[in-house]
Amino acid sequence: MAVEILQKPGGFCHIYERKPGLDKVSTHYCLGCGHGNLHKLIAEALDDMKLADRTILVSPVGCSVFAYYYFDVGNIQAPHGRAPAVATGIKRSRPGSIVMTYQGDGDLAAIGWNNVFQAANRGEHITVFFVNNVIYGMTGSQMAPTTLIGQKTMTTPRGRDPKNEGFPIKVCEVLSVLDAPAYIERVSLADTKSINQTRRAVRKAIKCQADGKGFSMVEVLSPCPTGWRQEPIQAKRWVGEVMTKHFPLGVFKDVISEREPYFFPDTGQGPSLDEVKRVLGWEDDADEAALPEVKPSKENQNPHVKIAGFGGQGILVMGLVLAEAGMRQGYHVSWLPSYGPEMRGGTAHCHVILSDVKVGSPLVSKPTVLIAQNRPSLERFEANVAPGGLILYDSSLIDVAPRRKDVRVLPVPAAKLADELGDTKVSNMVTLGALVEHTGAVSREAVLQALPVALPRKEFVELNNKAVEAGVNYALSHPQNGGRDEPL
Amino acid sequence: MKRKLMRGNDAIIAGALLAGCRSFFGYPITPASEIAHAAAKWLPDAGGTFIQAESEIASINMVYGASSTGQRTMTASSSPGMSLKQEGLSYCAGSELPCVVTDVVRGGPGLGNIAPEQSDYNQMVKGGGHGNYKVIVLAPNSVQEMCDLTMLAFELADKYRNPAAILTDGFVGQMIEPLTMPEKVSPPPEKPWAVRGDAKTKKNLISSILLDPDELEPHITHLKSKYDEVEKNEIRFEEYRTEGAKMIAVGYGIVSRVLYSAVDAARERGLPVGLLRLITLWPFPTKKIQELAERIDAFFVVELSTGQMVDDVRLAVEGKRPVHLYTRYGGAVPTTEELLKKIQEKF
Repeated sequence: MAVEILQKPGGFCHIYERKPGLDKVSTHYCLGCGHGNLHKLIAEALDDMKLADRTILVSPVGCSVFAYYYFDVGNIQAPHGRAPAVATGIKRSRPGSIVMTYQGDGDLAAIGWNNVFQAANRGEHITVFFVNNVIYGMTGSQMAPTTLIGQKTMTTPRGRDPKNEGFPIKVCEVLSVLDAPAYIERVSLADTKSINQTRRAVRKAIKCQADGKGFSMVEVLSPCPTGWRQEPIQAKRWVGEVMTKHFPLGVFKDVISEREPYFFPDTGQGPSLDEVKRVLGWEDDADEAALPEVKPSKENQNPHVKIAGFGGQGILVMGLVLAEAGMRQGYHVSWLPSYGPEMRGGTAHCHVILSDVKVGSPLVSKPTVLIAQNRPSLERFEANVAPGGLILYDSSLIDVAPRRKDVRVLPVPAAKLADELGDTKVSNMVTLGALVEHTGAVSREAVLQALPVALPRKEFVELNNKAVEAGVNYALSHPQNGGRDEPL
Repeated sequence: MKRKLMRGNDAIIAGALLAGCRSFFGYPITPASEIAHAAAKWLPDAGGTFIQAESEIASINMVYGASSTGQRTMTASSSPGMSLKQEGLSYCAGSELPCVVTDVVRGGPGLGNIAPEQSDYNQMVKGGGHGNYKVIVLAPNSVQEMCDLTMLAFELADKYRNPAAILTDGFVGQMIEPLTMPEKVSPPPEKPWAVRGDAKTKKNLISSILLDPDELEPHITHLKSKYDEVEKNEIRFEEYRTEGAKMIAVGYGIVSRVLYSAVDAARERGLPVGLLRLITLWPFPTKKIQELAERIDAFFVVELSTGQMVDDVRLAVEGKRPVHLYTRYGGAVPTTEELLKKIQEKF
């Protein structure tokens, strides 16, 4: 006597424990729905290929949102349309896993179009199963991006009109023009022969991923009798006779055999402390020479500096070197740029604070030192300088002198001195040299230690050192004269 | 202890590396782009993943995917980009996925500008996405805290299986200050709930869908009980010169930096003013404010918005004391002198 053995493929849970209600052995899908067929083909493939344990399925929004009731694999449910992005995050974190998305036409081709397009274009090592049933099933038969011309839906009650709704999107055709995807095929569930072709395509797509060949997608033309208001047999026939006319079956891209296998390395656990230090460039613990102590006079203590000039004059770098030197000198320091469009082309300024106590506001609203490298900066900020403060300006570029009587003034022909060294660009370091010599807030040695750290281009350290020296020497030979000064 | 100058936005990634963050999914936007730049430079060097996603929406969903596998992961953006990430944050909270997001707030609404604001308080603290959820929100006010609080954000996110955010602004992000490298790494805990693509975790499910009200209600109750725990355990703030104060200024982020200076200036002039600097915006230090309300005359809230955090201060104070509000917005940041003047006026 024959024994009937009812056994689900190994890729399925034998009992659907997650499914609510009393029936834990059959799916929630409607009679004649294509999801059941495709689910089974995938589950059988995973079982036969012994991949179920390694597989992570990303369920979409739509009728197949509950795919995780059935598949005996790792399951992750994604927001509407985002399955390829979610799958990207999964695959890059677990490169050894088999990551599949299962998406409907609304999910993939409407709200999530850019996500699948970009994942395909990155060549993500994922497999996309795209169920095209030309309608939104779960939400109640609305138009999908693949809905056929003239097809009536709840949101196209007069039939899809290209003048109002455009044309059905041919997903395989579009994605196959991209360079990255390895395998793209459209199949159908219209009849037994088609289902056998689908079975083959499903396996090929999964193998493509397992072999490290890149992005694979299978579009499956699938019946939705409920959404279409058709009988199951009629719906199947409609897939074969109508849908395939608009969505021709076939392989749209297959470069699997040309591809070298590639597997992303496992990102593993986080780095050790030493590893982090190496990556951040923090491990160079070479002892640097101790710096001479500084004892600035009262008016030069805890400088709150505003540095301003044209973009390209090295304003921000000057501030950075000062902050770096200040930190080495033992100060609490802060550096704040004027950022954004202000930085690009126009005037640039930054705020630097060196302080014996913790820095409060990093915003220097009343500078004790104003460094002006062009005339608009001098004119704009002169009024803000704290009484008794210092204005240091480039007297070779600015043809007016500060008007304030209650501040100290130090004109430095920085651009001219820099030119003499062979490069106007180092006028910033001439100015900085003059500043440190004049105020004594940080030592010259601190600036020389700071330069190689703070300069973006190390090959200019030597020239910048010379510029600092030139500024220091200038300040030594031109002690401040207080009050108003004549430009040189 | 060795100190190095670092930009605030870079310090976020330094903290992320120390916390064992293995992936960053970003999308460029000023003034948060340096975070993505730093991640692109450093994460692959540390064996991790950096992807420039096609959108903010994609990047938070990549975070959703990476977090599902148990990995520490993050994204960062600025205000308009954070608006786009809110849906994903709701899903992360619903699916109980730990992750870290950084919002370097800029001027809004709409395209606004790229200057600092604090107008994302409501968006981040009140849960800008749909549904009953909360995001743990930390507000650094220095480069050091950009690093330290990012590490803490990863720890809290894992502890409570919930998204944690760093809410900062263009100033703190762009500012360069000395960073003392924390002398420890903070590896993630075991995550038995993760879906890792192996036999051991095959039965796990990451999902936020619970169709049956009889299932969703207990799930939300469970989330709520976590949030109650967060409120019990994780409130952080700093009191600055509050002893003997008659007026307490309340602020966070860059505003708190200006307030340190304004409080110092007020004290120099004999005005007993102190500062309550919020470090966690949610959980909010309601009890602390209520305690202070018992012994002081007035609060002085300063915000770079038209007034968002002030609502929470007022809810805590329950009308027992006046709550003065001073606001700047559109990218303007008050100076020390400006705040001192306002304090003097209100005193």
